[in-house]
Amino acid sequence: MMNRTIQILTGIWIAGVTVAAFLWLPPAEGFRSPETARIVVFHVPCAILTFVAFLVNAVYSWKYLRSRDPLTDSQANAAAELGMLFAVLATVTGSLFAMEQWGSAWNWDPRETSIVMLMLVYAAYFVLRGAVEEKSKRARLSAAYALLAFPAMVFLIWILPRVVESLHPTNTLFSRSGLDTEYRITLWSFFAGLMAIFVWMFRLRLRVELAEARLRQQSQRVTQPESQLAGEIR
Amino acid sequence: MNRSSSWANEAVAVFAKDWLLELRTRVALGAVVLFAVTSVVASGFALAPPSGVPAEVKAALLWVVIFFAAVAGLSRVFVVEEETRTADALRLAVSPAGVFAGKLAFNTVLMWTLCAITVPLYLLLLEAPLRNVSLLVVVVALGSTALACATTAVGAIVAKATMRGALFGVLAFPVALPPLLVAIHATKAAWLSDSAWRVAAGDLQVLAGFMLVIVPASVLVFEHIWSE
Amino acid sequence: MKWQIVLRRVGKVFDERTVLRDISATMTAPGAWIISGPNGSGKSTLLRIIAGLLTPTEGEVLYLYNGERLTARQQRQAVGVVAPDMALYRPLTALENLRFFARARGLSLRDSDLLEWLERVQLRSRAHDPVATFSTGMVQRLKVITALLHRPPLLLLDEPGSNLDEAGARFIYQTVKEHAEHGIVVIATNDTRELGYGEPLIQLGK
Repeated sequence: MMNRTIQILTGIWIAGVTVAAFLWLPPAEGFRSPETARIVVFHVPCAILTFVAFLVNAVYSWKYLRSRDPLTDSQANAAAELGMLFAVLATVTGSLFAMEQWGSAWNWDPRETSIVMLMLVYAAYFVLRGAVEEKSKRARLSAAYALLAFPAMVFLIWILPRVVESLHPTNTLFSRSGLDTEYRITLWSFFAGLMAIFVWMFRLRLRVELAEARLRQQSQRVTQPESQLAGEIR
Repeated sequence: MNRSSSWANEAVAVFAKDWLLELRTRVALGAVVLFAVTSVVASGFALAPPSGVPAEVKAALLWVVIFFAAVAGLSRVFVVEEETRTADALRLAVSPAGVFAGKLAFNTVLMWTLCAITVPLYLLLLEAPLRNVSLLVVVVALGSTALACATTAVGAIVAKATMRGALFGVLAFPVALPPLLVAIHATKAAWLSDSAWRVAAGDLQVLAGFMLVIVPASVLVFEHIWSE
Repeated sequence: MKWQIVLRRVGKVFDERTVLRDISATMTAPGAWIISGPNGSGKSTLLRIIAGLLTPTEGEVLYLYNGERLTARQQRQAVGVVAPDMALYRPLTALENLRFFARARGLSLRDSDLLEWLERVQLRSRAHDPVATFSTGMVQRLKVITALLHRPPLLLLDEPGSNLDEAGARFIYQTVKEHAEHGIVVIATNDTRELGYGEPLIQLGK
């Protein structure tokens, strides 16, 4: 479990960075609405973390198939849940940004599209998990799916720019290289804090699941007498 | 115990058996072709006259129809084994690699059959440009094969998760999206571009590359899907 | 004959429900053994684990020939299973079913050989009829020869006589007797008659 001190520090850090994003950070020049462009320092870390979560999910899925340890399945699931959360946050902040800067909430920018596709994958992952009742089967099948979706998404992210550009000429490709120093500092500070929150929420989620499992086991033991279970051997 | 049952031989046996079953019951073929023909006719009707519709839209629409028609039938090859309870006998007789290869081959041929019927009909009803027909054939063949490769393992997952294939579209779409987008792009090039082959060459390479990645990935995870 | 099946502390848990626990046994060819127990005691589950269709949560099942473990492929060729919830391909004919399984297992059997097998169970005349048209007894006989096609040393039968008439039951008995002369037969059953077909091995449930 995360150290109490670290938790408090994280809270203060994130609060501090958020305030700084409004009070210290200068408005972004070159954008149509310089004040609201600040949202980019929140948007980019969320986007990065949703991809990180996807990778974490793939890794734990792989581990599960090798070890069949139920903990790794819980870990994969927790990562997917967080990934979905951050994907939604990234999409919303990105959409708000686009709305203010370019007047339309959606632009089929390759990066936007990647995030939405990732959300589709997460959604499919949860639908699959919901469809299988038996725990080990659920873990096995969702891990297999995650390991198929992962290379597919990698491919998607790779080919999207080449395909989307010619299908829909776009001028909204958002490049981070043009950011001023203050923005970069704020952005990466927020990222650090958000990463800490990610780890925190991840562990919390695991604790909840382990507690649920223990509760279930205890109630099972109450209702199933031992003698019914063993088999006689010749 | 000298048996010559390499996975390739097993795959041929599975493929032949599945097609024999399919020709006798026509469930997958029926669903797939019926859906495709209905969609094409509906599209043609809705968009009449088709001359005003840009080629990009026609390219995208063609593959949307192909994709959803495929979803109607591509999980069938695994679902039927679970529904009719023949999966156990199959598992006892054939290695997982043999099962996967045989079913993948089945799905590929199913896709080719679907396209052979759908594409000419589409070209006709939606007045798609008849340029670079040879390139179009290659794109359709490669693209539909890539779709089969992307979705066969997913079909196996769905069959194990629930006996009905209702889940299949949801799960298959993200995995099928890369080849789908590339196929649309290449189709559009075949219809619009003057140097179509050069433009599409990159797309064809991506399709091939995709298959080279997704098939081994599928083979790797298939054992975990198929065995309990 | 140096065939052996060894169960080493086999256990199976489904979610939080323990169906089997700490089952150990050794079977050495030739012979027939019985797994008995009331309905729901896990007979079929245990049989599926022995067949290799289900992985135990604990312990393992070993197939040994001359003390050496079989590979997965060898294991598939060494086992034949007949079970009520294991179906054949109903839209296909008896001959087509046999052809598929023979081909899938890499057996070089011609149609004439397969027809001979059908002859042995009095199904020769129905060789070209879809299995969907068969009676329960006929399906069972076809399942048995499908399981024996590759001449496996290990034959596993799950409630083989259920839904069979006198003639069917006699057929099962004959099959078990013949196979147990050289190989291993394991029968999971509740049927009082079948309980006598072999040595009691494992009794599940209370």
